[in-house]
Amino acid sequence: MRKKIIPYLLVSPYIVHFIIFVAFPVGFSIYLTFNNWNIISPMEFTGLNNYKRLFQDAVFWKSIFNTLIFLAIHIPLQIIVALFLAELLNQKINFRGFFRAAFFLPVIVSGVVVTILWQQLYGFDTGLINRLLVKIGFEKIGWLTNPNWAMPSIAVMATWKNVGLYIVLFLVGLQTVPPQYYEAAELEGATHMQKFLKITLPMINPTIFMVVVLSTVGGFSLFIEPYVMTGGGPLNSTISAVLYIYKQGFFYYHMGYAATLGLFFAMLILTVVMIQKKFVEKDK
Amino acid sequence: MKKTFLYIFLTAGAVIFLYPFIWMISASLASENEIGGLIFLPSDFTFNSYVQMFNKIPIGKAFVNSMIVSSCVTFGVLVFGSMVGYALSRLEFKGRDLIFYIIIFTMTLPFQITLIPQYILIVRFGWVDSYAGLIVPYLMNALAIIMFRQYFKSIPQDLIDAARIDGCGELRIIFGILWPNSIPVLVTVGIITFMTSWNEVLWPLIVIRNENLMTMPQLVTLFAVGGRAESQLGVKLAAATILALPIVTAYLFFQKYFIQSMASSGMKE
Repeated sequence: MRKKIIPYLLVSPYIVHFIIFVAFPVGFSIYLTFNNWNIISPMEFTGLNNYKRLFQDAVFWKSIFNTLIFLAIHIPLQIIVALFLAELLNQKINFRGFFRAAFFLPVIVSGVVVTILWQQLYGFDTGLINRLLVKIGFEKIGWLTNPNWAMPSIAVMATWKNVGLYIVLFLVGLQTVPPQYYEAAELEGATHMQKFLKITLPMINPTIFMVVVLSTVGGFSLFIEPYVMTGGGPLNSTISAVLYIYKQGFFYYHMGYAATLGLFFAMLILTVVMIQKKFVEKDK
Repeated sequence: MKKTFLYIFLTAGAVIFLYPFIWMISASLASENEIGGLIFLPSDFTFNSYVQMFNKIPIGKAFVNSMIVSSCVTFGVLVFGSMVGYALSRLEFKGRDLIFYIIIFTMTLPFQITLIPQYILIVRFGWVDSYAGLIVPYLMNALAIIMFRQYFKSIPQDLIDAARIDGCGELRIIFGILWPNSIPVLVTVGIITFMTSWNEVLWPLIVIRNENLMTMPQLVTLFAVGGRAESQLGVKLAAATILALPIVTAYLFFQKYFIQSMASSGMKE
């Protein structure tokens, strides 16, 4: 008898925690979407009003659009840079450990540090990047003040911060390619480019998909970068979905509406990730 | 010739990743009116920005808060993670598969859905402005459980059987027998958990309003956006430098473990 309950005792803290902090919140969040509530006064049942509001909320759709813009720049840039640097690191070189550690440094540092730092680098008059541009004869660019540039600027910064992790993942992937393949290709007289396109790329396809999924989920969580750098501006051009949910919930205390946005956005993320996973399975 | 190009690209890469940090440290040590023109090293070093920052915000207190929160979270994740991981990998019981699927499910569940209701829970529990509000929701981690489960599967059954014959209970087996034989997974889970907790900002911003209970990244964030830095660049950069210091110092010593841990956690997803 004692033997039988031991496993349940061991998993019970997890089950209790799951019920309180996952299962209940998910259920409660669905219930909240049908109500208006500012936490203090009593809840007010409003039916589907929150959903109607969501579909007409231009700022929310803007925030989704911004997130997609972010992903459209961030993911390809990340894969190209990571693959390129991983390929370099995979050659016979000295100081590999140093280079790898250097590329990885931004990954471990808090996003707050990176954001404060890049805010200065992107500064209009005194920012390092604009000063360099002026020096080589270009015009200054309003990296964070021009609505067309602000989101791409954040995407480039996010790539700088995360790419080290993907370099390491690609490096692991590259090392699984059997060297005989390259040797055989060399005997046939294949060029560098041919070897890369015909052998490397197909072999590390699973890693590429993993990177796509990881950075998609990461991109959908975008919050601290626009919060610190731009506050979502200029003209809402950098407001991200999480930042908008945060504002609705913790600035205006629209708990019901914020929960509706959260639920809808979570479903969107799950759908996108599921579609991506389908692609991976089909590929296999 | 080919090698030269290789090193040129790699060095350019290293400069792009390291130079901004060097600039940040230099700028935090430069006088305020020199930062706007600073390229590499300031003409004159001053700790003025740091002194001002220490006078304006309780950064030392925030460091202690962050240490307490991240240590408790890491300890909980290691203890509970190995208990559940052990039960799932080494014990037979009804509902085991169900629990495993629940864990996989929580891993794919986007946090955006639980953010608002979790905050309401914290309010109801009276945990706003408390360590409990920052620690308790993070005591369990699905990825950690999966990693422990995976690792414990590889430990020989003989070791566990021998301990049972000696009369060890299950907890003794987990913490006395398995833990000493699972250093790699303990290090990996420990580093990822500590770092994630240390760098977390969104949740503290929601749960903590009292400045004396704020974590380091939260305090620095509010300092940077709240206008109290009075648009002094040096003071902001000093705050960012101090915030980066603990993790970067740990990274310098355990660099290999950091990279391996992060890479293996990425692989698992």
